[in-house]
Amino acid sequence: MPNCKTTVPFAGTEEQERQLREVIAAHKGEQGPLMPILHEAQEIYGYLPEEVQKIIAEELNIPLSEIYGVTTFYTRFTLNPKGENQVSVCLGTACYVKGSASVLAEVEKVLGCEVGAMTDDGKFSVDATRCVGACGLAPIMLVNDDVYGHMTPDRVAGILAKYM
Amino acid sequence: MADNNMVKVTVDGVEVSVPADYKIIDAAREAGIKIPTLCYLKGVNEFGSCRMCLVEATGARGLVAACVYPVSDGMVVTTDSPAIRKSRRNSLELILSNHRQECTTCERNDNCELRQLCADLGVDHVRYQIENLEPQLEESAPHLIRDNSKCILCRRCVAVCRKTQQVGVLTPADRGFATHIEHAFGRDMAEVNCVNCGQCIAACPTGALSLKSQTNQVREAIQDEDKIVIAITAPSVRVGLGDRFGEPLGANTEGKMVTALKRLGFDYVFDVDWAADVTIMEEGTELIDRIANGGTMPMFTSCCPGWIKYCEYYHHDLLPNLSTCRSPQQMHGGLIKTYWAERNHIDPSKIVVVSIMPCTAKKFEIEREEQRLDNGCMPTDFSLTTRELADMIVESGMVFGMLKDTPFDPIMGESTGAAVIFGASGGVMEAALRTAAVILAGPEADVPLIFEETRGLEGIKEATYQVGETTLRIAVASGLNNAERLIQAIKSGEAHYDFVEIMTCPGGCINGGGQPQHSAWEKSIKSIPAARIKGTYNIDDKMPLRRSLENPEVKMMYDEYLDRPNSHNAHQILHCTYVERELYKI
Repeated sequence: MPNCKTTVPFAGTEEQERQLREVIAAHKGEQGPLMPILHEAQEIYGYLPEEVQKIIAEELNIPLSEIYGVTTFYTRFTLNPKGENQVSVCLGTACYVKGSASVLAEVEKVLGCEVGAMTDDGKFSVDATRCVGACGLAPIMLVNDDVYGHMTPDRVAGILAKYM
Repeated sequence: MADNNMVKVTVDGVEVSVPADYKIIDAAREAGIKIPTLCYLKGVNEFGSCRMCLVEATGARGLVAACVYPVSDGMVVTTDSPAIRKSRRNSLELILSNHRQECTTCERNDNCELRQLCADLGVDHVRYQIENLEPQLEESAPHLIRDNSKCILCRRCVAVCRKTQQVGVLTPADRGFATHIEHAFGRDMAEVNCVNCGQCIAACPTGALSLKSQTNQVREAIQDEDKIVIAITAPSVRVGLGDRFGEPLGANTEGKMVTALKRLGFDYVFDVDWAADVTIMEEGTELIDRIANGGTMPMFTSCCPGWIKYCEYYHHDLLPNLSTCRSPQQMHGGLIKTYWAERNHIDPSKIVVVSIMPCTAKKFEIEREEQRLDNGCMPTDFSLTTRELADMIVESGMVFGMLKDTPFDPIMGESTGAAVIFGASGGVMEAALRTAAVILAGPEADVPLIFEETRGLEGIKEATYQVGETTLRIAVASGLNNAERLIQAIKSGEAHYDFVEIMTCPGGCINGGGQPQHSAWEKSIKSIPAARIKGTYNIDDKMPLRRSLENPEVKMMYDEYLDRPNSHNAHQILHCTYVERELYKI
């Protein structure tokens, strides 16, 4: 799915930028420094907005477009901030054949928020994940670290209400 | 005698001895075999993605991509078998399934590599086709149109932008079926640090990247009886235009080109070579002045709008080093709308200057606000590429080979050999040296005419010349990756020069993004830039006048109008300022 550009205004702090520059400095001399820097940058900011990628591009002297290409290629990277609660629905094979797509559609409907994005109030973000290794419970929905197995669309609203 | 660096390879029964670092595709070429390719662009993009070049090779499992698979001694390669033909046709059909086929009306309908491959490989129908594939147009830039619905994801544009030009504004984004070519964060091309060189268009095998043509607007201006429409043609156009009409590579088509422009209805046809001679007078004087008065050194040439924009994005600290001279195109337009207009008592606002250029960045340059003249006019109104002129000639039904020769119009048509070589990498430098040598050593001195070290396709060239009392250390770079290497050497203190020429396109303007296109195969078997460069120096050899300061029409212009190079008036019309551009604007 397209890793859309975020509409959330950037709110990075000076402390975060200091940490980012430290990380870049630590990896700069290495061969292939981009991937570890991106991973750590995402740890610092929670996501990889244009402002962060720009700093990395300038420091590493790599075109911004190339970094954007990498961050949109790997699903591990996100260009959108995460909500206070991260809702994930497994789209692995077992969950998928058990109907997880309709669960995911229901999550999007209830929250009014597309996959990869965050709700306007910052309370929730929605992701589709690959297999989480609990196929016996398929289809599976996760909210943060809480696992909900044998999901059906009609249970979605009730579960999400607990986190609102 | 065995040579450790050579290996014997048999390709389709033909044995060839080739360097050990060759790929199969190189050995096949030497064996006289053309392996079909789409993503391959020799020396620029070699990564085996399109699967058109699959072959069988001993020691390899299954079919391998000939563009990346290395040769080994005794290797036997088969490039043509039922399995290979089937695989290639299947791959081609799959590529076509996601390609919006509007071939009859596509800009590349006469030279699309994808369409040619379908013909070559006998693909006469497509079993799979995505329904309702819509155009995905990105038209924000002044020089090109991108349509991802025709993109086959070969990444040739990405590679040339990143590797050859050191800019890298194009990238594949997302993955799998969603993969597409775009700019960082989906920005418009006009918003990113593109230098408008057009080498991505030249690299594109399909119509996914195409020129933004202005031939219709120019035709309208020609039809308008209130307008005086003047064509001015760049040095490189005359050695490129003939490609489209089957003339030998690098052939000088100057006389036919002028005839064609007259028949298209241009009121006057002037030669930008004349303005190139003016440029040398201005730039040469500026250089001598900087040396004498301790100006910012080294001085960099400023004829190339791609290089100027690159410098404005990447090297703000070098902006004072750029010559303040406008490019020959802009000098010429400026002098037409001042000197020529006043001399002929014509209202400059009625004049439409149309430049014919090998270059796509000129389309950006003519819009630069800092180029506006004191009388409110922009120097140049339209900038057409060589390809657009060829399109107009074809549309108007002229049989190019049968056109007679016509000379340029006075009083901006006379030129010297120094001007015509402006199109080749090193040519501006040599032209400047020819005139500077006379000025520095005095008119009586025996000064050289040819500066051999400035010539050729090397990415970086350097030399030291003694002219009169002055020692001139010069360097020449073409291709922005080479320019960047040179700049780094200068900034680190490793290299010291007085005068540096930079051209954005590899080999110079003769290889500009607006010149007639050639397929990846043609580019792999012959050097198109080398042929055009040869054509350029051949013209120079035959010119009666070969130093810019000898041009009688240039002398006349200074006598009648500007007084002398770098005079106050000259500064108003022929010089300009530059701006700092933010590399990544959020």
